Amino acid sequence: MKARALAGLVAPAMFGLSVLIAWEAVVRGLGVPKIILPAPSAILARLVGSVPTLAVDFAQTIQAVLAGYVIGCASGLIVAILVDRTPFLQRGLLPLGNFVSALPMVGVAPIMVMWFGFDWQSKAAVVVIMTFFPMLVNAVAGLASAGSMERDLMKTYGASYGQTLTKLRLPAALPFIFNALKINSTLAMIGAIVAEFFGTPVVGMGFRINTEVGRMNIDMVWATIVVAAVTGSLFYGVVALIERQVTFWHASYRQRPA
Amino acid sequence: MSIERASALRRRIMNVLPVTIVVTALVALWYVGALWMNAQLQGDFFANAGKTNYSFAEFAAAELNMDRPKLPAPHQILAELEHSTFEIDPSSKRSLVYHASITLEETILGFAIGSSLGILLATLVVHLAGLDKSLMPWIVASQTIPIIALAPMIVVILNQFDITGILPKAVIAAYLSFFPVTVGMVKGLRSPDPLQLDLMRTYSATRAQSFFKLRAPASAPFFFASMKVAVAAALVGAVVAEVTKSEDGGLGARLLAGSYYGQTVQIWAALFAAAACSAGLVGLIGLIDRATARRMGYAR
Repeated sequence: MKARALAGLVAPAMFGLSVLIAWEAVVRGLGVPKIILPAPSAILARLVGSVPTLAVDFAQTIQAVLAGYVIGCASGLIVAILVDRTPFLQRGLLPLGNFVSALPMVGVAPIMVMWFGFDWQSKAAVVVIMTFFPMLVNAVAGLASAGSMERDLMKTYGASYGQTLTKLRLPAALPFIFNALKINSTLAMIGAIVAEFFGTPVVGMGFRINTEVGRMNIDMVWATIVVAAVTGSLFYGVVALIERQVTFWHASYRQRPA
Repeated sequence: MSIERASALRRRIMNVLPVTIVVTALVALWYVGALWMNAQLQGDFFANAGKTNYSFAEFAAAELNMDRPKLPAPHQILAELEHSTFEIDPSSKRSLVYHASITLEETILGFAIGSSLGILLATLVVHLAGLDKSLMPWIVASQTIPIIALAPMIVVILNQFDITGILPKAVIAAYLSFFPVTVGMVKGLRSPDPLQLDLMRTYSATRAQSFFKLRAPASAPFFFASMKVAVAAALVGAVVAEVTKSEDGGLGARLLAGSYYGQTVQIWAALFAAAACSAGLVGLIGLIDRATARRMGYAR
């Protein structure tokens, strides 16, 4: 098992490393100008050299991401429970939710900037709107996923609605909820960064990307993207790790017979 | 009318009715919200104009027809949509048709590039065992990166090579749309039963034959599901790319211009136009899906 897990890490690591080496070689060998594509080593140097700036940008953006993510996911879950309780809303609101979740939600960014000002609150609002619908749609599907046998069992126990919800249906919905949490972790990063394109105080990762592109400091742009990528991957990884701990019983995590 | 017909109609109404009621309720809520959010602004206007003696109806009517409201009322957005879609010459830069056609062009080109790339990658991943282990984690990781953040840079870089116009934006649309296709198609191409794959082997079918006669047809439902996600993602990519390079027009440029000049009605109209484009494209794929499903016999 351990050897297989190690092999699962080594193969992608080798691939990634060879891409980086090829990138460095192409940039150096062909003498690609820095404004088109800086070499990985140049990006790393820039990253190390401008840690203070990047840290301030990171702090600005991450608070919008986290605040929006928590509010969006929590309200999506609450509305999903309400929708689940009322069949009318299920038939009336759910088709709308499905429709809305396919819409270009980033478009609300300028409106939110107008309503909530230039600071991080408007970015958090964009993140709330972007994360709400995936959570709603997934959680409703998850709440419906408990089998009728189990539900009947709860009924024979004389369990109340609340008991059935907390002991059976919410745990059964967890894989779906975590699916939404994972989707939302990347959406939240995207939402906050794109919202910053539409106006922000002079700090933030989206702001940095947009201005440094204008000043042709492409290595700084890449450095910011590296920070964003690492943050996004870590965010996703943490959610996936919690999922593994909480839904260890799910079929996809049970060890396959050899 | 036969009984089945009548009950089918009844079911239809039962399906549509709740949606209609919810939409009506949302529109009503919207009006209340508009009254609430614009109240202060309108109050200031009246105060500045020295107008102190007005009825509530007068105030509300003024509030719902402001030039630059905080939250425009639905009828204002509809009027703007109608005005900028039908009344302005489509070749004018003030026409929504002009901007929407640019966005649609980029979306469709990007979607075509992205979904072909996705299908190609999925085919490779399914057939080359080593690639599955080494490439797939990176394809997944590429999506935890805010790809949209690359948009301004890709536009600038491609500019250096004199690639301008719709192509740079299509590239970003393609970037966003390739992932759902890859993941969906890997799943789809792997969906045939091991028994069926074994059967192909007993026929001594070549890899190409079992691909075209078994794997590809079996992946059809997955294909359409991922196409729907991909086309919506492509539109988002196109709109965001337009924001970063707004001089070429497009719905994203329209959004940005609206936010520069505080033209809220224009922003909302552009947003609704983008939503309509997205819904239209997804709906179109849904139709093709249903027709294919009926012909191939996997319809539910």
